[in-house]
Amino acid sequence: MHDGIVLEQVALKLGTTSFDFDCRIETGAITAIAGPSGAGKSTLLNLIAGFERPQSGRILIAGTDQTVSHPSKRPISVVFQDHNLFAHLDIFTNVALGISPSMRLSSTDRDNIETALSRVGLAGFGKRMPGSLSGGEKQRAAFARALVRNKPVLLLDEPFASLDADLRLQMADLLLKLHHETGNTVVMITHDREEIARVADRVVRVEAGRVISNEATMDYLPRFAAAVSPPSGSM
Amino acid sequence: MLTAAERRRGIGAGLTVLAAVLLFVGTAVATLLAWDGDQSASRLFTSYTWSILRFTLLQAALSTLLSVAFAIPVALALARRPRFAGRTWILRLMALPMGLPALVGALGLLGVWGRQGVMNGWLNTAGLEQPVSVYGLSGILLAHTFFNIPLAVRLLLAVLERLPAEYWLLSASLGMKPVSIFRFVEWPALARVVPGVAGLVFMLCATSFTLVLVLGGGPAATTLEVAIYQALRFDFDPPRAIALAFLQIALTAAVIALIALLPAATDTVRTAGRKVLRLDGRSAASRLWDGLIIAAAVIFVASPLLSVLVAGLRADLWKLVNGPRFIQAATTSLIIAVTAGVIAVTASLAIITARQAIKDRRDPNLAERLLSISLAGTSSLVLVVPPIILGTGWFLVLRQLGNVAPFAPYLVAIINAMMALPFAVRVLEPALQDHRHQTARLAAALGVTGPAKWRLIDLPVLTRPVLTALSFAMALSLGDLGAVALFGSSDLVTLPWLVYSTLSSYRTNDADGLALILGAICLALTILGTAGQKEHKHA
Repeated sequence: MHDGIVLEQVALKLGTTSFDFDCRIETGAITAIAGPSGAGKSTLLNLIAGFERPQSGRILIAGTDQTVSHPSKRPISVVFQDHNLFAHLDIFTNVALGISPSMRLSSTDRDNIETALSRVGLAGFGKRMPGSLSGGEKQRAAFARALVRNKPVLLLDEPFASLDADLRLQMADLLLKLHHETGNTVVMITHDREEIARVADRVVRVEAGRVISNEATMDYLPRFAAAVSPPSGSM
Repeated sequence: MLTAAERRRGIGAGLTVLAAVLLFVGTAVATLLAWDGDQSASRLFTSYTWSILRFTLLQAALSTLLSVAFAIPVALALARRPRFAGRTWILRLMALPMGLPALVGALGLLGVWGRQGVMNGWLNTAGLEQPVSVYGLSGILLAHTFFNIPLAVRLLLAVLERLPAEYWLLSASLGMKPVSIFRFVEWPALARVVPGVAGLVFMLCATSFTLVLVLGGGPAATTLEVAIYQALRFDFDPPRAIALAFLQIALTAAVIALIALLPAATDTVRTAGRKVLRLDGRSAASRLWDGLIIAAAVIFVASPLLSVLVAGLRADLWKLVNGPRFIQAATTSLIIAVTAGVIAVTASLAIITARQAIKDRRDPNLAERLLSISLAGTSSLVLVVPPIILGTGWFLVLRQLGNVAPFAPYLVAIINAMMALPFAVRVLEPALQDHRHQTARLAAALGVTGPAKWRLIDLPVLTRPVLTALSFAMALSLGDLGAVALFGSSDLVTLPWLVYSTLSSYRTNDADGLALILGAICLALTILGTAGQKEHKHA
């Protein structure tokens, strides 16, 4: 039995677009999801996260059928490109909601939150409001929440696309560091070839609602060297 | 970017409007002040005026409380269900009461909740002796909630829909239960605008005239505006009217100052094409709850409208429309509405152009800055000095000249134009701003000015917003009973006045038919106006 993420003949129709995904994502690796815009990368991620339900097919995560389970019941944390923090709640509360969605926290929980904040480089930021943070700091806070949730799978939807080049490098390093510490399975949508080269172990390529290739990064990069992908941030 | 001549013309137009408005409002207020001052002052603090003030505040506060309290669950339910068949129609239904003349709404409410209404019929069959009373405080509250729940729903829904789509995905992913979602996501968003929405509703209820006139029951359930009307129209007691008028001005000024401090609410529609996934709306319990809430709101808002339609169709519409009284009233209403609309739109354009001309100068001097601020305030002056007070002031001015009647239509048209001014400015200002923003540099570079600029660059783009503002202003004027109430006579009969006097003489059947026609005309104008309104991209 495969212990990563398995999509078996997962079909879904949204409006006039149909999607048909069939792929296996390795456990404990960083897998990039690449492909032209509108190809269905986010839909693939939404299916794994449970935001969309397939009309047919099965989704297994770590050997368990999760096809119809609620997003919160899946062993998953999600980080989006933007709006990962509730703007009206401070950083501590935003992270704490990852542990208890009704904010019932033990003192151990509180300690864990502070630890997670310092691990992502945000020690002492707990009382700050998201509006006072830079784009990179907000994404760090989102990572801190993923850390306290301690789920085996981390889904990232273009998490660094709205950051500038230097910050993207820093955040990629942070992602790698946390990945090596926790050994989690990371699935990440990205348009950035350099980012793929830097962090991804494998690349799943999606085109026209289908997975057309699933291979090691070193095999993928030369094959799609000329592939025109829009520069990140243009979307 | 403007040429010196263009700037001069713009500022000149603004000054003219400012002077005209100040003269019109100033004359009314000065007359009130000068009229037998001592007697009015002594009447300011009688137990009668205080009881009227107390009731005005009480009914406005209760109306606001009920409207907002019922609007919140409806807005939450609609936000939780971003896609279902008929949702767009429900949102359109929620926009209808705003375009409906208050008098027509009142008739619809009587049809549903009145003594002979559907509701009491059912309750009677169910064996209940005491029918629901639609007159007095309960009737006023019913009417105010009918008009303001939909307004509040739209304003609150707009806030919820502006929240990032990720919030709902996150709360699902984090496993937040409905209570947590309300506490951490929905309520913090609503809490920012609830005070502003409540302020707006309070303002509308504190100054509502027609609904209280029709549904209020006697001196125990009378507001300042209606009391002013009664003081003049029935008792001819100017000092009492003046005392009440000053209480009214003080009240509205206080409320407006308060609202100005609160964050404004807008009902901008959702940015098109964005997909919202609400997983918290998928459980059976939430489907049931939302279904019940939305259905209740739809029934509450739609039933009076339906009642107007059904009752109206029962009347002999053909005979009514061909009757001499109708034709005369319709002609009068139309002339007044067109006049009011044209004045309101012209004045708005002048105000906006002048403000833009001042903004165009990199470094406006103090006088120009003051002018710009005064012009911004001018459009809202009518909110502080309500129509009934303008009417009272001018009524007293014209009485000194003898017969009021010959001037009445002009006065009603001007007062209606003043009422429409804030709305017209709100429609036209963003349109003109966008337009200038897009064309100013190019027009200046090409040297297009004067009539050519107006014909080639302004007219093609601005026709639509101008027509929108015009149709709003006309709908407002056509449905208004407040300004005409003081002056209505056999010489001056507008459509709302005809409906009201027909109703007062107990020819209910005719009143229903006329109300249907009036409501249909006003709604058609509003819908026409809304259809022409460009939806703004930024939320």
